[in-house]
Amino acid sequence: MIFKNEYDVIIVGAGPGGAAAARKCAEGGLSVLLLEKRQEIGAPKRCGEGLGLRFINHIGFNGDEGFVTNMVDSACIVAPKGKEIIATFPHDKGCILERKLFDKALCYKAAEAGAKIIAKAAVIDVLKENGKIMGVIAKIDGKSFEIKSKLVIAADGVESKIARMAGLDTKNRAQDIDSGFQYEMAGIEIKNSHRIYIYFGNSIAPRGYIWIFPKGKTVANVGIGIAGHNKKTAKEYLDEWIETQPGIKKGSIIEVNSGGIPVGGLLKKMTLDNFMVVGDAAHQVNPLHGGGIDEATIAGEIAAQIAIKAITKGDTTEKALQEYNDLWWKTQGKNLEKIEKYRNLVEKLTDDDMDILAEAISGTALLDFAVGKGETLVKTLMKNPKLFKLARHLI
Amino acid sequence: MPQVGFKVILLVSKVDNDKCLRCGGCVSVCPVDCILLDETKGIAIDAKKCTSCGVCVDFCPVGAFSIKKEK
Repeated sequence: MIFKNEYDVIIVGAGPGGAAAARKCAEGGLSVLLLEKRQEIGAPKRCGEGLGLRFINHIGFNGDEGFVTNMVDSACIVAPKGKEIIATFPHDKGCILERKLFDKALCYKAAEAGAKIIAKAAVIDVLKENGKIMGVIAKIDGKSFEIKSKLVIAADGVESKIARMAGLDTKNRAQDIDSGFQYEMAGIEIKNSHRIYIYFGNSIAPRGYIWIFPKGKTVANVGIGIAGHNKKTAKEYLDEWIETQPGIKKGSIIEVNSGGIPVGGLLKKMTLDNFMVVGDAAHQVNPLHGGGIDEATIAGEIAAQIAIKAITKGDTTEKALQEYNDLWWKTQGKNLEKIEKYRNLVEKLTDDDMDILAEAISGTALLDFAVGKGETLVKTLMKNPKLFKLARHLI
Repeated sequence: MPQVGFKVILLVSKVDNDKCLRCGGCVSVCPVDCILLDETKGIAIDAKKCTSCGVCVDFCPVGAFSIKKEK
């Protein structure tokens, strides 16, 4: 493996955030090293694998690539008593990805742009001189290497240690992380394989939901995300629910995934001298639906934009990098913070509340709500005396 | 004179690495940074740091953690 002992930027973690940052930095003329601790980029996944087509276009793909397994055009949201709300996606189709292929495709783009990528390269520490980050110590092929850089971008996921080593407090409070578990199942019955299914109910998924994301006619990611202190584990809740679903129960388990989903506690400070943090490591996730591919990618792109500017000017101090913090908060953070408030409300809903809501609400209002546009939902709530008290929390 | 004394029982978090899926969520919630993840070997807990707070037990999607007496 040929690599230099010094780069402009070292990026730790080759998920969507890291790959986006690597690609953009390389396109901007910087020398880039992207390190991934796993032996295979993209696997194992910790993800339901849903992503909007518009976003796939934004990254520069058409949506007909091999990593798109299936397209969906609507969501079916099922309330605790069984009332189904169908929400057709108004502007955009949804793609169900094969993350392993998708993450690699992102890395192909980054490598094409000139970034150097190394898999099975674990960063074990950051290099510091006079308290400032000067690079990383990575274990490659069983040997430790000191690699220097002007800037380190941590994109090392939910369990991020790099940011903590660097001196940022990125720990998740217990209430800010959802417990996720998922099977990829084959040979199951799906009513409409071009639709995703979301099941709510505190007895099946306390303060969370169960999802079915179809990857084909008889294949789907069947998963659960739950919050807080519960009697049972996420796996136990999902197993019990599957037992009640004959069409799914008869299927086979192709893959088992678990993960922590950071659904709160957005970081006010994401930069240090010569250092930035992006993606799950910076808790950049939609707190309502738990999706983070788009958030990580956008943050990676913003971080790269600021990195190019900073390195060109020769000033990578925290003050210069602060622009990443400011720009991210302006374009993404503010909205996510609003969605986090929505989430706090949704977590308080009883099953009865959800059933009443399901009778009154439209699919479109729910979709808007999930991306931070709660106005239509609020109007509906205001009209209904039983739901009025809920509306107050949203305004 | 009756013998008076205390028996100190240390509680720490234990992990079943056969159950563990290496997702690393526990690493991110551990308030004292005592959990280490190795992609192949699994989870190692630094018993000296562990305060047996149980956050990892609550979080773990597959129930791989339990609080046990330190041996």
